[in-house]
Amino acid sequence: MSIKGKAAITGFAEMSPQKDAEGRTPLGIMATVAREAIADAGLEKKDIDGLLTGWAMGEYSILWPSVVAEYLHLQPRYFNQVELGGASAAGMVWRAAAAIDAGMCHTVLCVVGDTRRVSTPGRKLPPFPPNDAEFDAPYGLIAANPGYALIARRHMAEFGTTPQQMAKVAVDQRKNACKNPAAIFGAKEITIDDVLNSRMIVDPLHLLEIVSPCTGGGAFIVTSAEQAKRGPHRVVSLLGAGEAGGHCSITHAQSLTTSLVKPAAESAFKMAGVSPKDMHFVQPYDCYTITVIVSLEDAGFCKKGEGGRFVEEHDLSYKGDFPCNTHGGQLSFGQPGLAGGMSHVIEGVRQLMGRGGERQVKNATIGYVNGNGGIMSEQCSLILAVQ
Amino acid sequence: MADYKKPLPHPTAVTLPFWEAAKRHELQIQQCGSCRAYVFYPREVCSECLSPDMSWVQVSGKGILYSYTIAQAPTHSSFTEDVPYVIAIVELAEGPHITTNIVGCKIEDLKVNMPVVASFADVTPDITLVKFRPA
Ligand SMILES: [Zn+2]
Repeated sequence: MSIKGKAAITGFAEMSPQKDAEGRTPLGIMATVAREAIADAGLEKKDIDGLLTGWAMGEYSILWPSVVAEYLHLQPRYFNQVELGGASAAGMVWRAAAAIDAGMCHTVLCVVGDTRRVSTPGRKLPPFPPNDAEFDAPYGLIAANPGYALIARRHMAEFGTTPQQMAKVAVDQRKNACKNPAAIFGAKEITIDDVLNSRMIVDPLHLLEIVSPCTGGGAFIVTSAEQAKRGPHRVVSLLGAGEAGGHCSITHAQSLTTSLVKPAAESAFKMAGVSPKDMHFVQPYDCYTITVIVSLEDAGFCKKGEGGRFVEEHDLSYKGDFPCNTHGGQLSFGQPGLAGGMSHVIEGVRQLMGRGGERQVKNATIGYVNGNGGIMSEQCSLILAVQ
Repeated sequence: MADYKKPLPHPTAVTLPFWEAAKRHELQIQQCGSCRAYVFYPREVCSECLSPDMSWVQVSGKGILYSYTIAQAPTHSSFTEDVPYVIAIVELAEGPHITTNIVGCKIEDLKVNMPVVASFADVTPDITLVKFRPA
């Protein structure tokens, strides 16, 4: 008994990332992409009876789901906030499916939008978690950059992963971004030397291995398998989902080099009854180059420790032998705050619907999506497939 | 010292013994009286068995450099003058991992798994941070 095949994604919308908010607010962005996603699914606002939303770095408060419901003037029969950092969007997919399967509602709007900076005058960024503030911040372990650098250093020491191998992730994903008109960094391709010659930020991670915060958002519609048949697009079904957590500060992770992607992906593949080799593409969360390498290993696309060699030996572009982050990944697409993880879910759905345009992966009918939050602290893996 | 601008800990009733020990240049962490696990950071109950039977013990101060990064750009504006500085995770001989800085070591001499030992930095009259140096 599981939610395998019980629900499908029938429409989506995405705001093209932009560097600054230019007067926009997270709520305004959410409302805009919500309207577009509802229309894309061939529905009307009155058809939406479920709402899953994430809060935004740029604007947050208590009672956030009601804040969003009120702004959109929705009256959901099921609603909540999914707070798994960058894994929030992926986490919404199975929660929506489970709510539908449980009979709580029929059609769920999943939406996140965020701005690069706090958008409402007089408000502040949310505070650090208590342990991080007391035992990490005094030493400069603040925000995500140094946390992922600690992971990269340990991976290099344990497995001989090289800076060139990590850089290859950014290089191949940039090729995809160059075919994505919405990508912030899609104007020209880069080389491994470009990455390694970019400014060192937190050794061993260079500037071009680190996401660039921006403004943006996305929304998608989840409905029952039955209702999905009446939609205008190819039906993209949720075949499997898995989630895992257990630390907040990277210092207290069980391992720096074997991540929680492992249990999350294992659950997702098991529910779906498929294996990594069956995937036609992967959309793993990529806040940093090392994130992709560790995630591919732990999801089972290669052995632990061989991720560096794997990305070196495979073409990760949309036309390559291992299409990975076909929208460019957040490294090239941009990271709209807590909406960053939306882009991986939406790109997975876009490819399966055959709406990839110039970067369409040929004959893609099944793919792997992963959401990652914090410092590898929230993981949600999905298997999506054309039904 | 009065103009120390970097983030400082705000000890709670639960964490205060750790910071008071650091001020005496001693490294103390908690140990569970029920399952004997060493626990860091300080908690009201054991993170392994959830027992409330927690006591403070002096530990060796020895460990290994589990991982490190060299901040070539400040990770927070208050660290600008410190660049480059080393942010690290040390695995204590007793097991727990602790966030720290490595001091007294040339950057080119840093090596994952190298032995290190606690080194105390009195950054304000109230707060001493626990850093590590090569053993
Ligand atoms: Zn215990």
